[in-house]
Amino acid sequence: MKRPIYLDYSATTPVDPRVADKLCSYLTMDGDFGNAASRSHTFGWRAEQAVEAARADVAALIGADPKEIVWTSGATEANNLAIKGAAHFYSKKGKHLITCKTEHKAVLDPCRQLEREGFEVTYLDPESNGLVDLGKLAAAIRPDTILVSIMHVNNEIGVIQDVAAIGALCREKGVLFHSDAAQSAGKVPIDVNGMNIDLLSLSAHKIYGPKGIGALYVRRKPRVRIEAQIHGGGHERGMRSGTLATHQCVGMGEAYRIAREEMAAEGERIRVLRDRLFGALKEMPEVYVNGDLDHRVAGNLNISFNFVEGESLIMALKDIAVSSGSACTSASLEPSYVLRALGRNDELAHSSIRFTIGRFTTTEEIDFTARLVREKVNKLRELSPLWEMYQEGVDLSKVQWAAH
Amino acid sequence: MPVYLDHNATTPLDAAVLDTMMPFLREQFGNPSSPHRFGRRTRAAIDAAREQVAALVKVHASQVIFTSGGTESNNLAIKGVAAADEPGILAIGATEHPSVIEPARALAAHGWRVREITVDREGRVHPELFRETIAARPRLVSLMYANNETGVIQDVPALASVARSQGVVFHTDAVQAAGKLALDFPSSGVHLMSLSAHKLNGPQGVGALVVDKAIECRPLLHGGGQERDRRSGTENVAGIVGFGAAASLAIDQMGVRTAHFMALRTRLESALRAIGGVTIFGAGANRLPNTVYFGLRDIDGETLILGLDRKGFACASGSACGSVRHEPSHVLRAMQVESDLAIGAIRVSFGAGNNERDVDDFAAALAAEIQRLRPPSRRRAV
Repeated sequence: MKRPIYLDYSATTPVDPRVADKLCSYLTMDGDFGNAASRSHTFGWRAEQAVEAARADVAALIGADPKEIVWTSGATEANNLAIKGAAHFYSKKGKHLITCKTEHKAVLDPCRQLEREGFEVTYLDPESNGLVDLGKLAAAIRPDTILVSIMHVNNEIGVIQDVAAIGALCREKGVLFHSDAAQSAGKVPIDVNGMNIDLLSLSAHKIYGPKGIGALYVRRKPRVRIEAQIHGGGHERGMRSGTLATHQCVGMGEAYRIAREEMAAEGERIRVLRDRLFGALKEMPEVYVNGDLDHRVAGNLNISFNFVEGESLIMALKDIAVSSGSACTSASLEPSYVLRALGRNDELAHSSIRFTIGRFTTTEEIDFTARLVREKVNKLRELSPLWEMYQEGVDLSKVQWAAH
Repeated sequence: MPVYLDHNATTPLDAAVLDTMMPFLREQFGNPSSPHRFGRRTRAAIDAAREQVAALVKVHASQVIFTSGGTESNNLAIKGVAAADEPGILAIGATEHPSVIEPARALAAHGWRVREITVDREGRVHPELFRETIAARPRLVSLMYANNETGVIQDVPALASVARSQGVVFHTDAVQAAGKLALDFPSSGVHLMSLSAHKLNGPQGVGALVVDKAIECRPLLHGGGQERDRRSGTENVAGIVGFGAAASLAIDQMGVRTAHFMALRTRLESALRAIGGVTIFGAGANRLPNTVYFGLRDIDGETLILGLDRKGFACASGSACGSVRHEPSHVLRAMQVESDLAIGAIRVSFGAGNNERDVDDFAAALAAEIQRLRPPSRRRAV
């Protein structure tokens, strides 16, 4: 068993060897390296064919038409394009957007940018299980609301929003619905038509494809319009200019094709591993699962270990690679804004660990992890005066701490 | 195996560059933002690549912002500088790439006034005329280092010094120049410079914007805060590593490549003169050593090019992005080339893998195609 054990599949995934093999034949002189926009020779046509085949594979995973797929450099760009692109295009219709406090930064930051430009954004509080209440969402929709952006699966806590219900509500109210599916594509079934999704952000590297490529689904019927954010040669029907990275598109297409074929069986295997890990950890006292356990993606387990300091725990768990927040913010010492939005106090938010299990995780690795975590948590608690007080029955919330 | 003569559209990835990328498509897969060992390794790889790209244009690594390519770099430069300022005049070259023209047009919808900087018949911007542009006090000037179609090189250091002396921000799209010319960002006097990996035997889908530290450039993509908040999104690690390796290779090979390209270009141009009736665009200007852009009267470039493709030669009728359109290129129009000549324009752009035999075979195939396509009355004249 190789160490450290990788249990951070929501931060990124290794490229599947089948994907790596395929994309490598679109790079060098003996492969199809052409510019897909070159219309005057075979090199260009072959690259274009490869890009279009990959586009069809991406579309197939989400029940879309290939013409509705716009390649981007990743989910962050897709989220920026969807939110700013739709807001700018429909700004005459209204200047109000709705999202949720637990969204990824790639949704929240474009929303902040729009606020600076004069748009108004409602940030919904999730329920304590991480799910958005449909009634509260419906109540937040105003006549000038142009877009609702609610992610499909949360990157930190793995909860699955009821996007079908949200989609139906938005359609009924005549509001566009965008969903960030970076964490769900290839793990949870998506049907953009059945779910009434108008814009959907996709990533490759979260599902065993390469980093630096993603896509935005843009509905054609009824037609959804967005303003381009990157202008130039008019690639991607004017919605996103720039030479397409053929090998990257091919890699994403192959990753999505594999996901479509293997998603059901793989999800089941991963769920068994996740439940095995949870089963071993939940026997410990003062352990809290963050986010709903039932409406949750198979590979995610986010747990707070009360009376343990998160950073110390991470340091103690050097043999496993896990996250104490989303990868983008985990270098900072701020408690996770996602956990705080669920109503978790700072102590519990600080003591959280996100385990995310994936395609290459083994039972042996899970058992090792369970043993290691139990051992380290117990050890750290033994050193904690708070744990001692708690065991003596002191109500810590009533303790008046002296300043010094 | 067909002969590839369209390296200004894209270049094949160098095999040694692929070798440096492979570990990052296999075992080194961490997210560079992750603090654990997997993330720290890929973070270190990005840092090393940033040094390599910085060395290509002689800047400090902190001045390099990685992007998804030249188009994004140009968008970031123009819109990023504009966003930090009040609307005013934006001056761009008449022969710029669409990835400069279109962001400028987009800004025009937000109160910016776009001025075109004219070029002479050889495609050059003159410092005296440029002074008049600068006298109108634009907030930003964007002028490409070398043109993608003609290969014409602007005297960027001279022009940038004019702009700088008046406090005007100067951006240059150096996508076609990098790897073919020695670039020195600090002494060129520019404030921002766009680069692309796939034009210099690196991978597609990665580029950079090099920024002078005194310049404020607001981000185009928000969320996550990568690239020191200047460009969000999980880094394309393998692509960035490949860009770094390609940049190092370009530095090492610069002299050899330049000489090799120059020899091929001279050989092709004398063959074209021997065919007769051929006009080489920008012939009187300083041009990229790998680029030959020429026109033939009374011959449709698209038809000719498809004939050449059938014979196994891949070249372009203009910029790759625009080559689907059946109208004269805006570059040639700006150079006041008559449209019957412009419509037959063909671009040959050499790469490291080409040799003299490719040139001779291409010239022979071209001569034969011209014979076939020229109207009979003209055929005798040739």
